Parts: sequence; C-alpha cells; structure tokens
Amino acid sequence: MGNLIVRRVTQMLLIMLTVSLLLFAIFDSDQFREKAAVAELGGFGVATLSADDYHEWLEKKGLNERFLARYGRWLESVLHGDMGQSIEKDIAVSVLLKESLTNTGILAFFVFLIMIPVSLTLGVLAGMNTGSPLDRVISIVAVLTTSIPQIATAVLLTVILALGLGWVPTKSAMADGWSFRGLVLPLLTLLLYDIGYLVRMTRAAMTEVMASQYIRTAVLKGLPYRRVILRHALRNALIVPVTLIFLELNGLLSQVVVVEVFFQYAGFGRMLFDAANFGDLQVLQAATLVAVCVAVGSQLLSDAAYVFLNPRVRFT
Amino acid sequence: MNSRVVILLALIWFPLTAYVMFRSALGALANYLLLPAIPSVIVLYVLALRSWRESWVAIVGVSLISFWLLMAVAAPYLPLVDPNKPLVPFLAPGGVRHGILFLLGSDMRGRDVLSRTVWGCQRVLVWGITATSVAYAVGAGCGLIAGYLGGWWDEFVSFASNVLLSFPVMVLFILVLNLLGQSGFNIIIAVTCSSAPVIMRIVRGLALDAKSRDYIQAAQTRGEHPLWIMLVELLPNVRGPIIVDASLRLGYTTVAITTLTFLGLGLQPPDPDWGLMIKEAATAALLWKYSYMMIVPALSVSSLILGFNLIADGLREMSLRD
Amino acid sequence: MSAQTNAAARATPILECRNLSIAYAGRTGDVPAVIDFNLALMPGEAHGLVGESGCGKSTIALAIMQYLGRAGRVVGGRILFRGRDLLAMKGEELRSIRGGAIAMVYQEPMASLNPSMTIGAQLIEVPMYHESMERRAAAARAQMMLDRVRMADGERIMRSYPHQISGGQQQRVVIAMALLSNPALLLLDEPTTALDVTVEAGIVDLIRNISTEFGTSMLYISHNLGLVRETCDRVTVMYSGEAVEVGSVASVFRGMRHPYTRGLFASMPVPSADKNSRPLVSIPGQPPPPRARPPGCFFGPRCASFVAGRCDARPVPLSSIDASQGHASRCLRVDEIAWDAAPAPGPGNITATVGDIVLKVQELSKRFRHVTANDGLTFDARRGETVAIVGESGCGKSTFARILMGLIQANSGSIDLAGLELSKLPVTRRNANTIRSLQMIFQNPFDTLNPSHTVGSQIARVIRKLGVLRDESRVRERVLDLLDLVKLPRDFAERRPRQLSGGQKQRVGVARAFAGNPSVVVADEPLSALDMSVQAAVTELLIDIQRREGTTLLFISHDLSVVRYLSDRIVVMYLGQIMEQGRTHEVFTPPYHPYTEALLSAVPIADQRYAKRKVLLTGEIPSAANPPAGCPFSTRCPYRIVGTCDRRPPPVQEFSASHRIACHLPREELLAMQPVFEEVTQ
Repeated sequence: MGNLIVRRVTQMLLIMLTVSLLLFAIFDSDQFREKAAVAELGGFGVATLSADDYHEWLEKKGLNERFLARYGRWLESVLHGDMGQSIEKDIAVSVLLKESLTNTGILAFFVFLIMIPVSLTLGVLAGMNTGSPLDRVISIVAVLTTSIPQIATAVLLTVILALGLGWVPTKSAMADGWSFRGLVLPLLTLLLYDIGYLVRMTRAAMTEVMASQYIRTAVLKGLPYRRVILRHALRNALIVPVTLIFLELNGLLSQVVVVEVFFQYAGFGRMLFDAANFGDLQVLQAATLVAVCVAVGSQLLSDAAYVFLNPRVRFT
Repeated sequence: MNSRVVILLALIWFPLTAYVMFRSALGALANYLLLPAIPSVIVLYVLALRSWRESWVAIVGVSLISFWLLMAVAAPYLPLVDPNKPLVPFLAPGGVRHGILFLLGSDMRGRDVLSRTVWGCQRVLVWGITATSVAYAVGAGCGLIAGYLGGWWDEFVSFASNVLLSFPVMVLFILVLNLLGQSGFNIIIAVTCSSAPVIMRIVRGLALDAKSRDYIQAAQTRGEHPLWIMLVELLPNVRGPIIVDASLRLGYTTVAITTLTFLGLGLQPPDPDWGLMIKEAATAALLWKYSYMMIVPALSVSSLILGFNLIADGLREMSLRD
Repeated sequence: MSAQTNAAARATPILECRNLSIAYAGRTGDVPAVIDFNLALMPGEAHGLVGESGCGKSTIALAIMQYLGRAGRVVGGRILFRGRDLLAMKGEELRSIRGGAIAMVYQEPMASLNPSMTIGAQLIEVPMYHESMERRAAAARAQMMLDRVRMADGERIMRSYPHQISGGQQQRVVIAMALLSNPALLLLDEPTTALDVTVEAGIVDLIRNISTEFGTSMLYISHNLGLVRETCDRVTVMYSGEAVEVGSVASVFRGMRHPYTRGLFASMPVPSADKNSRPLVSIPGQPPPPRARPPGCFFGPRCASFVAGRCDARPVPLSSIDASQGHASRCLRVDEIAWDAAPAPGPGNITATVGDIVLKVQELSKRFRHVTANDGLTFDARRGETVAIVGESGCGKSTFARILMGLIQANSGSIDLAGLELSKLPVTRRNANTIRSLQMIFQNPFDTLNPSHTVGSQIARVIRKLGVLRDESRVRERVLDLLDLVKLPRDFAERRPRQLSGGQKQRVGVARAFAGNPSVVVADEPLSALDMSVQAAVTELLIDIQRREGTTLLFISHDLSVVRYLSDRIVVMYLGQIMEQGRTHEVFTPPYHPYTEALLSAVPIADQRYAKRKVLLTGEIPSAANPPAGCPFSTRCPYRIVGTCDRRPPPVQEFSASHRIACHLPREELLAMQPVFEEVTQ
C-alpha cells in the first residue's frame, strides 16, 4: 500500500508542476498581459493603449525577460507565500484570498454538514429496496434536483423564498455584517443539486451491493436484516460515495462561482470571477493556483479514502 | 443504432446547425432550410416511442427533448414576433398590446418572452450538442488509444487528462474563454477541455475491458491493423455505456452553456438565450411581479436537462434488464 | 433418545418437495423454471441434482432457502422441512432456519464472501446469531471448524480477508461457515466448478465425509455426473425444469432408463476408451427455451426413440421402475427401448496419418517481471497429429499459446514452424502466409465472436483478411461452405452472435479458425465452458475436420478425460514446466509422473464399470511468482524426497522414444506404479 501512495503523491507533484507551468504560460499570453495593462494603466480598452505605452509597461514589469527565468522567479515567490498585489482593490492578494476563502469555507462547511448525512441516508434507504415506493419517491426527487441547473435553482428559490415569501434577502452581499439568513439562498442552491447527485450515486452503489452474492450469503446465514445492512452492506456500499464526497470539494469550487456571483456573496468564486473580468492578473493567478491545489488535494484525499476503505487494495 | 435513425438525425442536425451558426451567410435559403427537419423530428419521436416503450422514464425524457427539438426547427415558421424587437416593456403574461398577444409577457426592454424562449432553445441545443459531439470525438479517440494501445500512449494521454482534470471546471472555462475570447466556437473548445478527459477515462476503461475479450484476440491473431481493431471490433461493443454517458453529458453541457451566458462569458447578446434571459431579468427586474421573466427560461432549461437525464436513466435501466 | 423415536425420526424425510413448481415473472407473463418437482431426502442421505445449465437445479436450492429474488416465486406445491411447511415460514422463524438448520455452499466462493470483512468476523457471526454465543467462544468454535475442514493455520486464515487466500481455501471457509451451526441439511450448489481439478478432488473428498462425520443430509447440485457418483447416494436427473429420472446412484448409473440420461453418459468419455475405440455420441439439438417447451415429453424433439402422437400427446408422468431402489423415469417407452443394446462401435482407426514434424518448440522460456510463465518447453508436433497440453491454472499453457500466435514474445528458446522462427516474431510482422497457417480457437464461446457483427461477416472478414479469396461472390460461397463444414444451417450467416447458443458459437469459432486452411490450429480450452452433451458434439466436429484437412491440432486443456479422447500425444505442464510427455496411452498407463497420477485420479468418473485409486494432493498450487526451488511439484508431491526434490531441478528420464518424465524418483519406482483406473467386473 505504501508503494501505491508514494506513486500517487509523485504523480500529483508532477501534475502540479505541469499545471503551474501551464498557468504561467496562460497568464503570460498577450491576451492576459493586455488585459492587465489596460486594468493597471486605466486605458479604455486595448484600442486606446499605444504600442509604446504597452511596451514600456512590459519593460517596467520585467515581462520582457526570458520565459523560464520569469517562471522560476514566480514559482519562488509563490512558494514563499508572496502572491503579489491586487490592482483593483490595492491590497495584498494573500489578504484578499484569506478573506474570500473564509467566506467560501463557511458556505462549504454547511454544505458538507447537511449534504453528507442527508444524502447518504436517503441513498442507502432507496438502494436498500430498489423498486419500493420509497425508492421511487427518492429517485424522482433526486433526478429532478440534479436536472435543474444552479442558475435556475437560484432563480426559483429567490422568487419563492425572497420575492414571494420575503423570508430571506434576495442578495447575500451582507453589507451590514454577516448573517445566517443571507446564507440560506446560496446554501440551498448548492445543497439541492449536490444532495441529488450524491443520493443517486449512493443509491446505485447500494443497489449493486444488495444484489451481490455476499449479501445473499449473509442473508442465508440467518443474520437479522439490520445486521446484514449495517455490517455487511453499508461498509461496501459507502466506499464509492465517500470518495465522491471528497471529489465534491472540487465540484464545489466550480459551483460557488455561479452561486456567489448570482447572490453577490463575497467568497472565493466571486473573487475569481471578478478578477478575470477586471483583468486583475495577480489575483486571478493566485486564485487559480489555490483552486487547482484544492482540486488536486481532494483527488488525493479521495484516492486515499478509497485505499483505506477497500481491504482488497489495502492488503495486497 | 440503425441507419434510419442516423439519417433522421442528420436531416435535423445539419440544417439546424447551419441555420444557427451561419444564418446571415445563407441568405434567402435560410427560410426553407429547416422545413424538412420538422417531419424528421416527428418521425424520430415515433421511432423512439416504439423502441423504448418498456421504459416510461425514457419516454418522458424523449418527449421533453423532442418538444424542444421541434420548437428549435419550427421557430422560423411559428407565428412569433421578432425576439429582438422592443415592443412594450414589462407587460404581464397574457397581456395584449398593438393587437399582439404576449402569452408569457414581455421583458424589461419590451421583447416577447415566449418568442425569446422558443428562439433561445435553438442556440442552447445547437451549441450544446455540437460541443458534446466534439468533446466525444476527442475523448473517445484518446480513450481508445490509451486503453487499447496502452504503454507510453496510455501514460501520455492519461497524464494530459489528469492535468486538465486538476482544474475545477469553471476555472477552466474562465481561463479558456478569457484566453481565446468569447464565442460559440471557443465554448466548444472549453467544453472539450473539461469533458474530453472524463470521456477519455470512461472509454479507456471500457476499451481495457473489451481488449481482453477473445474476439479482440482473434482479430489480433489474424493480423488486423490496430486502427481496424479499435474502430470496427472495439468501438461498436462499448457504445451502450457510451450512449448513456453521452445523454448525461448533453445535460451537463447544456448547464455549462447557459451558465456561461449567465456569467456573460459565452454566447453574446442580443440573440436570445436562456442564460442571457435569466441574467438580464435577475439584474434589471428582481421583483415578485416580474418573476415570470426569470422563471420561464429557468423552467425551460431545467426541462431540457431533465429530458437528457431521464433518457440516460431509462437507457441504463433497459440495459440492466436484458 | 430411545430407539423407537430414533427410527421414527429416520422415517420422516429431512426435506420433502411435493409437486413443487417455480416460475419467474417475465415481460410477457410467467416463465416456468421448475415443474412438478418431487424429492424426499432422508436424514444422513446425500442426494445429487444433476443437469445441464438452465435445467432449474439451482432454482430449487434457492426456493428451499426462500431466496428467489423479486421475479421468482413458488407457484405450486410445498416444501417441507422435517414435516413443517418452509414456504409458510416468515421473519424470525425463517431466519433461524437459514444458516441454522439449513445451510448453503455456493458456486463462486470469492463472490460469496464479503470482501471487506475478515474471514474470522464472517465465521463467528454464525454461532453468535444462532446460538447467542460469546464472541470469544464463537471464535474458538470457528477455528476448530477450520481445523475440521482440514485447513492448517486457522489462526492466520481467521485474520485474513477473502482475497488473501486461494480459491480452494475460500471454498473450505464457506463450507466451514455452513457447518458451524451443525445444520441438518446442507445445500451445495456446484461447489467445485470454479476450482482446479486437483483442488476440486480435495474438496470433494471433504464433502464426501461430511455426512458420516456430521450426520448432515446433503442436496448436491452439479452438472458433473462423476462428482455425483463420488458424493451421493441418490440422484435426480433434471431436464428443462423437470426431473426425468430418479433413483439410487447405483441403479441409475448402472441401468439408466431415460433416453436423456443415457445420452449424457454416451457423450462422456470413459477412462479406457479413446477416439478409435468408442466415439462420443452427442445428443442432437439443444434444450428448448423455457418459454417454448414442446408438448408432451420435453426431451421428445431430441430423442431417438421419439414416437409422434404418443410422446407429444400429453405430459409424461414419472413411472416407477424399481421400487426397492426408488428408481423412476419420466419416459413412456421405458419398457420398449432396448436399454442394454451396445453403443455403436467405433469407426476404427480415425487418426489421420501422422506426417513430418510441422512445429518444433525448443527450450522456450517466457518471464513476466518476477513470474516465470514458461520454463524450457521442448516438444514437437507432426502433420495431422493432435498434441494436448494439459495443466491447471497458472501452468503457463495459455502463455505458450499467446507466444505461438505472436501476441507476446518469448525471452529465449525457439519455435520453428515450417522453417520459420516464430518465438520473437510478433503477429504484426508475420506475413499473410504464416498467419494463415496458424489459427486459434478460443476458450469462451460467449466472447469468441464479436457481438456487433453478423456471423457471416465475421467469417468473411477472415477469408478476405487472410487473402484466401478476393472475389465477393466466392467469399460468400466459402462462408456457406464453412458453415456446412461445422454443421450449422446456412442462414446462420445472417444471424448475430446473441441469437446463437454456446455450442453454436463455438462451432462458428471452429469455422473461423479453419477458414484459411491452416496447417496448425491451437484450441485453447474450447470445451470447458460448454455443457456435457454439447462438448461431445464439438469434440466430434474437431476430430472430423482435423482428419479431413490433415491439420495439426494443439489442444490446450485442464481436463485429462477429454484429452484422452482427442489426442495422439500429451504434454503435462505444471508451473511453467513440462512434467511428462508421451503418446496418449503412455501417459495414461504407468509409469506416471506423480503429478500426472494425481491429475488422473482427480478426474471424476461417472461410469460404474470403473474404479479409481485415490491420490489426494495436499496444499495449494504455489504462486508462479514464487515457485518452489527444485522440482515445482515438490511442495505437493506425495513421493517427495526431502533434500533432493526441493533443491535440484528434476532430471528428464526417458521411458521410450516418445515418453519422457521429469522426476527425481528412481526409474524402478516409477515403473512399479499401479494404474489409477481399474475396470470392475460386474
């Protein structure tokens, strides 16, 4: 097993290195440079930016050096935790990043807190007895919630809960300080889709396990039904959903962009989106790097969970 | 899939794509282009009803998709007002002005919501399906190569896909569309970057499984070329799971495209698009009495995705039963 | 218990099925799986349920356990356990019966054990839930039981996960699990089908002793008549959901009174016969699909004694033949058929004239990282000859086939085919002529044909690809000729593989292999996945075509009895090395290599006219990644010479120009070996 983990970690490091090189190359492209120049010099679009001005700016920024040399310098400063300065907001990127990650962290915390118990329970209940009325109801609700894209969920929830019933504010900008009520709409929007997805996956895994021969052995051994489910079925059925929960971390990073932009919640996704629109290069660079780190890390965790939960892989 | 279905799909697909992507270049021809597609959609629907009658899930799914396909190909011939023409702003559903019935009301610029919804489905369907097809061509090709040839091919393709998969999808979209510029064709590239690695993994797994089959060995022992083995011996036998996944993936791509327009990153205004409709309404008319402006496109896109998901569920259910 | 109640207990059957009918719900109504089945199983008795795939035998076991799944249900009759109606039991009562009074052993031990629980945890559940035993006491009991099913090292096994032990050990664990609650009835559903023959012999020996040692009654489900003879007292032969013949094993196997039973025996090889003396006779046709059973006798359409108007008039009842043996048959013409008529005589010498050496293998070796799959193989094959390569899993026989076909390359040694060196020449670099002259028949009939293309197009592709013919109309003609050759109707060309039965697919596989007039055909276990009666037909076909075409056949198999039938020479392999090779009669008569002797003894023999000397091997087949030093067989060999066999590789001893044995045993000792089979004079 040790061998497997070492191989996986090496692979991850190699991937991170490639990704950083790729990212640097993307941000080094003319499109992004010009965007940044426009943002910083305050030009009204590239058209107003004279070639000379642009060239001078490149010179000043040290962007005319050789690619690999600049990549090395950039990598070094990133590894030291120096992410540069936000042009738009004029504060250190690390400060901005910390703030927005905290906000998104709170959101993610509640998502996982509610999603894990609810969807695992519903998925197991549905998969335990495929074709039963309970299974039908759970399956239909799950396919409905996974079919509504999050922009549509956001719209429908806003219309009903905020515009119609007036229970929660339409936007979650939280200008007057943090409030849980402001968190309800983004939270529900994320939950509806994620729970549906995880329920479907858990149900499929549970259905497969319940049809397996070792469950037949357990039943025909004369074990009580409770014991068959809790001791024999769950352990095997939950392997896949648990690995998926870790991967959800990755999915959530995409989903928060939409949800935070829609509800104007000051989180990581919105910061990333704004930075891309405004051409705040340092922020965008740092945010993407963080996003990739989280994504790669979640994949590693998911692999580790799989190995840990699966004796067939653990002891070979 | 038999040849009849392929012909029908082609009869719908090529005119619709040409109409949406190159309407101005087509000139007067554009007006007649979509006519043969209308009966094709109906025949296709009947065929689907006949062969999938065992699964009501798939039937509901194919009904939803066929409805929107029909709307897409019939849009030019329906008695609708110009979707981009400002007429009467903020008119509630059912209102009549200038002798025109606004069945679903009008938006803040006075455009007919019904007309925009019907025309909007063209863009969503065409770009969604095209992007998915391109992603599939790339992903399935790479998956076959990685799975069947193995060795260094596999190492290389798998590594490249792992690199792409380490970007959260939305981050990848933002990067690609900012780097290449915002257009329908670049959406295809962005969707390919995000979907092809996943498709690659699925097809690679299927190919690895099929590779150990005796009929593949039989082909190898008579000295068939790897390309022949991949395309003629392997591909037809992995199509079942692929069709199910493709159906799901069409749903994902539809989500992606509407989300991107909502974020202002994808297809550009003024032509109607469901994501755009939601965006405009959510910024300019966020009030209870105008909520129809958002709800109509939100429900439309949801029903389309539901259709794709139900077809996938139904096909999977039917394949398990046999 | 007094003697009287004891006698009374013996008089009531442990298990009784009365007019049991079971059906599965299909899309277009119920499909009967078992029809009007009767059985009375007495205490301590072992009853065999034998039949080919799809005859309903496993369904009966699952019905007894009340585990038919959502679609299946009992539509008529009763199942009585010690006189109580099993079908009426629910909830707690049913639970205490399952795994308590009735226990079951399954076909695939690996799939039947929970992959994420240790063996110990799975074993101790039984006493804990059936006898409310303490964990520690349960563990002690479990370990004792592992000992009783002859597993040394029980402590380690208890701590292992299922994937960490071998298939044979897994099955012993499943048997131990079943015996833990001291059940009155044990259901065994093909318990050895997934195992190697020498491992199977050990399990069969264990099962045979269960009823004497534990007093358990057994219902033994199998497709193998030989296994039933070795383990059971009584037998029911099933065909298409019906019991066609019932009786004591001795009376049924010695004097069968149903044409189907007789057909099964005729299609099985017997130890003394080879292809020249008694041909295998297959049963024509195939079992009817459950939805379309014929009227009257279900076996009618395949029966040589069928009389129209009588046999197909109305359902045939079971009629008693010998009440003392409980022998009954479901045949109307029991009294009319000449049961004792001798089988048709053999066609004489049907071996094609053996010609020059076509294929010469010398010192061929192949290593995969740490695994030595082939180690110094040396043998040759002549024109028109059938050479069998025999061995259990991991012996390297399939690796050899893959090297020969050019799918992988050898590390050292040579293969000479008509003057061309092939051992390191991949198929992609062989010319059309070489490819054409070397073709293969594959193991799994369900995998051998591409499910996406029609049968005809697949054969045609071979013809075109190998450059036999180019002209389209002549290719088509050749396809039809080939279908004729393998005795399939011509309209099969338009069919897809899923419309064919296993045996039919395998015939297409044969046609495909012979499409390019090959000089050498490699057949990799082409019969192992087929039902008995179908095996005979495919064997017949292979011998026939080979003789006509003068092809050299390399027949790879794990089954010595079939091999005896087909081959002129036999090569016995174990862990990548050749243990013995020689002419068929030389290998089947002493002197034997100790491994060959064990292999021969492991073959279950159904024919009552033969007795067999038991040679049981201990231990498991070692992993090819970690082979024993010295002789590979030294860890299991009953004749092992400590200090010699486990140190040095065995010398090759020659007993005739063609017969060679690789063994350390002195020549005299090998020559003094007794035959494994003996004909019993009745």
